[in-house]
Amino acid sequence: MNQHDWIGTVIAAARPKAMAALLRYFGDLDAAEEAFQEACLRALNAWPKNGPPRDAAAWLIMVSRNAGIDSVRKQSRMTPLPSDDLISDLSDTEAAEVERLDDAGYRDDILRLLFVCCHPDLPSTQQIALALRIVSGLKVSQIARAFLVSEAAMEQRITRAKSKIAGAHVPFDAPGAVERTERLATVAAMIYLVFNEGYTTNVAEQGAKAPLCEEAIRLSRLLLSLFPAEPEIMGLTALILLQHARSAARFDADGIVVLLEDQDRTKWDRRMIAEGLALVDKSLRHQRPGSYQVQAAVAALHARAPSFAETDWAQIDSLYGILERMQPSPVVTLNRAVAVAKSRGAAEALLMIEPLEDKLNGYFYFHGARGAFLMELGRSEEARIAFDRAIALANTPAEAAHIRNQIDRLAP
Amino acid sequence: MQYAILCYHDEKVTCAWSKEHDEAVMAKLGAVMDKHKQKLGPVARLLPTTAATTLRKDREPALVIDGPFAETKEQLLGFYIIDCATLEDALDFARELGAVNPGGAYEIRPVDVLFDSAGAP
Repeated sequence: MNQHDWIGTVIAAARPKAMAALLRYFGDLDAAEEAFQEACLRALNAWPKNGPPRDAAAWLIMVSRNAGIDSVRKQSRMTPLPSDDLISDLSDTEAAEVERLDDAGYRDDILRLLFVCCHPDLPSTQQIALALRIVSGLKVSQIARAFLVSEAAMEQRITRAKSKIAGAHVPFDAPGAVERTERLATVAAMIYLVFNEGYTTNVAEQGAKAPLCEEAIRLSRLLLSLFPAEPEIMGLTALILLQHARSAARFDADGIVVLLEDQDRTKWDRRMIAEGLALVDKSLRHQRPGSYQVQAAVAALHARAPSFAETDWAQIDSLYGILERMQPSPVVTLNRAVAVAKSRGAAEALLMIEPLEDKLNGYFYFHGARGAFLMELGRSEEARIAFDRAIALANTPAEAAHIRNQIDRLAP
Repeated sequence: MQYAILCYHDEKVTCAWSKEHDEAVMAKLGAVMDKHKQKLGPVARLLPTTAATTLRKDREPALVIDGPFAETKEQLLGFYIIDCATLEDALDFARELGAVNPGGAYEIRPVDVLFDSAGAP
């Protein structure tokens, strides 16, 4: 790791806390960002000489504040403050600051920073872009690549999002318990959006989008370290870890999507799975189920199964049953039906999805699953019609190819 | 004399390492371990503290808290490694230990990789 790399890593690790403190201090995202950029430049200069400070976040916050005040004074032609050499050599001022800089004290600041990025007025793509830029510190070019747009377009999108937030006046006083819980749920949803944006179905985009999944994991762990007893945040972190663990097995050598049932499980990331399973276990102890926990529990059953055939389908069926009650949706019922087909047979599964036809008629997976159930029941002609319909609705050539494979297995 | 070498670092930094950097570090550490494998006992890399649970056994009944052990008044005196199917099983073992030796706390932290004495995972 060369010098710029280690400084980059230390700055990336300190960034959320530092930006959160600066947002409170300046009350404005642009001012906070500008001051932080300035502090990063000074870090590149000072750290190779003096070594990294004991608390990088504290150093960056103080130098940023200094830089921010400095620029305000320059604008108003006042005498500039003394240089930041005073604090860059780890003087006593820093020690006092560090005392107040423990994560718990900054919990609401960091939550606020995340929360301003998911303001309800912002469309979800802008929320994701803003969080990646402001909290994670990804370069605009990197974000643009992940969204498959030009750098200029992304720059404009982020600027627009920031000005919308500046006009929204998110309150800066400490949130009450109810408000904190609401913010937490909104931020969790945004982090899951970041993950899903990165969880592509296209191998060509996998490289550009992978950083989004990794950032989602980092943001989720950050949130969990601030709220260590929140079972839904454990569930969210577990869910994205368990899904991301399969990424190396999701495409074959030709870039075709490999479905869960055909994936080479030796390619699954065992470390992510271990962490995800530990978090699922932790969340279950609370007996306060939520949708992330239930989805994570489903993912955990897949992760624990030695093979697709040995998956605990009965348990997955009952978990989806719980999810159906929590957030009724035809897609959840369809997922449940797939588990039901394995545990109780295709006839019951088919019965279960019949009422969904109206809502899911234009949905590829509905016809694919229906065709598979019919095929299992030996109703080849009806299966063929369902499969044809699925192919017509396929979103990618890989999806269509998968259905054609099924058709080939149909009795003539 | 046997020595335990305990590793400390800012996990926000180590978690910000790229996969390539992480693998490179592990490979370099592996080479050092390999050189000393005749004398080396088991080596464990632990999962992040967000995956940890703490059992406070200074009260009756012992209290389970989410997150790592965070007090500074107490010192690390030893550790156990046990293979359990679930967190609940690991907690039961910790409770059993705590019942015969109350006071202090146990942090229950899942192990990422465990290398045997020959340095192999």
